Amino acid sequence: MTTPTIHAADLVNGDLPVLSRKDFVSNQEVRWCPGCGDYSILAQMQKLLPELKIPREKIVFVSGIGCSSRFPYYVETYGFHSIHGRALTIATGLKTARPELTVFVITGDGDGLSIGGNHLLHAMRRNVDLNVILFNNRIYGLTKGQFSPTSEFGKVTKSSPYGTVEAPLNPIRVALAAGATFVARSVDRDIKHLEETLFQATQHKGMSFVEVYQNCNIFNDGAFAAFTDKEVRQERMIYLQDGKPLRFGNEMQHGVRLNGFTPEVVENAAGESGLLVHKTDSDNPTLANILVGMDYPAFPVPVGVFRSVQRPSYDELVQQQVDDAVAKSPPHFEELLNSGETWEVN
Amino acid sequence: MTTETRLPTEHAVEELDRVTIRFAGDSGDGMQLTGTQFTKTTAVFGNDLATLPDYPAEIRAPTGSLPGVSGFQLSFSSSDIRTPGDQPDVLVAMNPAALKTNVGDLRTGGLLIVDKDEFNATNLKKAAYSVNPLEDGSLAKFQLVPIDITRQNELALEGTSLSSKDKFRSRNFYALGLILWLYDRSMDTTVRWATEQFKRRPEVLDANLKALRAGYNFGETTELFRVRYQVAPAQVAPGKYRHISGNEATALGFIAASVQSGLPLFYGSYPITPASDVLHELSKHKNFGIKTFQAEDEIAAIGAAIGASYGGHLALTGTSGPGLALKSEALNLAVMTELPLVVINVQRAGPSTGMPTKTEQSDLLQAMYGRNGDSPVAIIAPATPSECFFMAIEACRIALKYMVPVIFMSDGYLGNGSEPWRIPLMSELPKVEYHYAPSDGNFSPYKRDPETLARPWAVPGQKGMEHRIGGIEKSAATGDISYDPRNHHEMTLARAERVARIARDIPLMEITGPSTGDLLLLGWGGTYGAITSAAEAARKRGLNVSSAHIRYLNPFPSNLGDVLSGFKKVMIPELNNGQLSLLIRGKFLVDAVGFNKISGQPFKIAELEGKIDEMLGLAGPYTFDFGQSASLGG
Repeated sequence: MTTPTIHAADLVNGDLPVLSRKDFVSNQEVRWCPGCGDYSILAQMQKLLPELKIPREKIVFVSGIGCSSRFPYYVETYGFHSIHGRALTIATGLKTARPELTVFVITGDGDGLSIGGNHLLHAMRRNVDLNVILFNNRIYGLTKGQFSPTSEFGKVTKSSPYGTVEAPLNPIRVALAAGATFVARSVDRDIKHLEETLFQATQHKGMSFVEVYQNCNIFNDGAFAAFTDKEVRQERMIYLQDGKPLRFGNEMQHGVRLNGFTPEVVENAAGESGLLVHKTDSDNPTLANILVGMDYPAFPVPVGVFRSVQRPSYDELVQQQVDDAVAKSPPHFEELLNSGETWEVN
Repeated sequence: MTTETRLPTEHAVEELDRVTIRFAGDSGDGMQLTGTQFTKTTAVFGNDLATLPDYPAEIRAPTGSLPGVSGFQLSFSSSDIRTPGDQPDVLVAMNPAALKTNVGDLRTGGLLIVDKDEFNATNLKKAAYSVNPLEDGSLAKFQLVPIDITRQNELALEGTSLSSKDKFRSRNFYALGLILWLYDRSMDTTVRWATEQFKRRPEVLDANLKALRAGYNFGETTELFRVRYQVAPAQVAPGKYRHISGNEATALGFIAASVQSGLPLFYGSYPITPASDVLHELSKHKNFGIKTFQAEDEIAAIGAAIGASYGGHLALTGTSGPGLALKSEALNLAVMTELPLVVINVQRAGPSTGMPTKTEQSDLLQAMYGRNGDSPVAIIAPATPSECFFMAIEACRIALKYMVPVIFMSDGYLGNGSEPWRIPLMSELPKVEYHYAPSDGNFSPYKRDPETLARPWAVPGQKGMEHRIGGIEKSAATGDISYDPRNHHEMTLARAERVARIARDIPLMEITGPSTGDLLLLGWGGTYGAITSAAEAARKRGLNVSSAHIRYLNPFPSNLGDVLSGFKKVMIPELNNGQLSLLIRGKFLVDAVGFNKISGQPFKIAELEGKIDEMLGLAGPYTFDFGQSASLGG
């Protein structure tokens, strides 16, 4: 787990604002379908924002297009509802220009991994200090039910009446491969875990990426129910905890260990000492890459922080170069205009 | 300034008013460098000049091949000139391929200097010569001067530690030295430049300077040239001058706008020919607080610029035609969110990849209309390389004042072309203002300024103005999402009216020549020099021809209709298939006649004069003579 840090620039003369959840509720009517998983994510966000102790005017939510991307309208901060797939580009420009702002990016599986997939890769490798939340409902909801890049193979939808013939992307695997410095997963209906995961993401310096399994009750209802339902959750998900062995089950009676490079479930592993111990800040991402391959029903689905490492962020490095350049040679435009080979005509 | 040079008595000196030289060689022969150095020297000497670098898109096409030829043309004069010249008076051809692709442009009687060592069987074959043109009399109409440049250069570099390949690479310095001598120029500028350029590679510096001096001395000591030439300095306005290319001037103009406005500059760009030099130049000057972002693609480049603009910065993105196409959706987001943004389009020959290193003006309609919905943006276009400086400032002024995207239409000819430029004094720089939303408690995202119709620019960090913007239509009253029919109608009209009102705030069109007459030549962008010169030449012939140049393409200057009405005929020369013509005919119901060249090459003055004669009934229909080797390079 990362050490919580508060960005110095976010504090106005040490005058911490005392804000409550309702300060972050905008006057806009929320227009998601009743029962949509988005409501839960919005609620957890509005609950945690006051805890950040950052003035509302220094927070910006940027989104693309899709159901999830309506999010900024409902949060009483600065907000930019942009175009399909491009939220990360706008957020990158904004954060690079204004590193002192706290910038959230709200995206979905279509927006972030299909049309905007390229930007996601590059924002991650640059490590722009953004908080990216990808709502993964494995379906195109706003366009009324086509398969998405995270839809499972063979999925029957309006645009795939015979079933899809394409393999899905795993967002966590993409994030790890692109070099993201904070990678986590949570679930819309596990509100405590969701709030805690989002909070940890905000405390990370550098890009934080959180995939949220989000139920679309209209076009893909129950996509995650097999392991996220309250009754089965403890048995079918595994809550990753830094420095702890991988255990799950109602009594935490099961565990996961490695057999070569392959994970295997150990049932009734109370006395087992060879269980995998989770480590989020390992230099080597191999462990995280093994965990990301675990999926229901062969394995419990891992949720929580997969990886959290420190690396200078793009925006701070850019700012540093500018600051160094200014310090080394203060700007003098007249000199610049007159530089190079010049001659006088009388 | 020039050094005193001793003129050997055996060479007569001839005074010329204007000379056009073209250096041509393999793309690995360093012809751009030779041309640039001769240009700098000539600028410092005080001639007026204009340049036309022309190079293939391939960085290294097969050595000695026809597509691998790279050329650099410059014209310099003792009086004011506006174009790099129709026809070279001098051609320096470093190999058979360069000769073949360029000799068709050389004027009859022109000086033809070739490296005869390169006219060997292999190279002749690569250039598809069955017999050696130096020996078959086919070049008899030129003053042919074959010189064993390769061998002479090798001799000069004897005893240096360089490999024979590296020695060969110094030939361009030898050729440069020879031409500097021929036109009575000093080597000082090049020596200074090379000393700085190769300071970490002393052996290369030494070789290049040896080659340069050897070429210079060769001219002085041999009998090959009967005369050498002088072109006196031009009479120009007093002041301090420098030599500047269009892309440099563009970058400097944007820095000036940042300095003048006090807003930090953000530049998002993706590498693309011929716009990359703007990115290179801006990324050098971080000490002006400039942040440059080399994006993963064209869309990310404009997206980041929009983000920076939203954050209250002076935000720009730069590209060429295909990149503008990729940016169009995001550009529309800036239209809808009414954020200030400048988009630089250094146009090149299209469609699609087209001819990346060749110039064209064929993105005008893309800039005007290439987006979904009714989507007006402001469009301006500089007319000369140095004018890019002030027009870049102007683009920023308009964007910030009207909260509107502005497309800055440069082109390959302007961006890569160069000319002497009188450096403006700081007091001559225009003011550039911006206004963040006032904290008066009355903020509403689309509450427009009654005069400019600009909406307030509330940037994150401003307390009490938290609001949401985006690509969905917003209510004029509240800034919330709105699907109200009347609101969309009125917002569309307001976006158009805001751009239209810029016409109140820009200079009126000026006419070069009388304001009435038989024929008006109306142009825009980089064709200014050729059009103005052709109309001037026509007037000298006693014809009633004037010219006018549009620098503001959207909105047009408010007197453009009056300008057109003073002439019996209007001719619109463009390096495209009739784009301004369409706009002018559509807006003013004038029977304007297009004169359209789409070859990747700029207009020649003679071409325009030919069309003028046709339009005035003095000659038959004009047709272009592209010739077999009208184009330099690949």
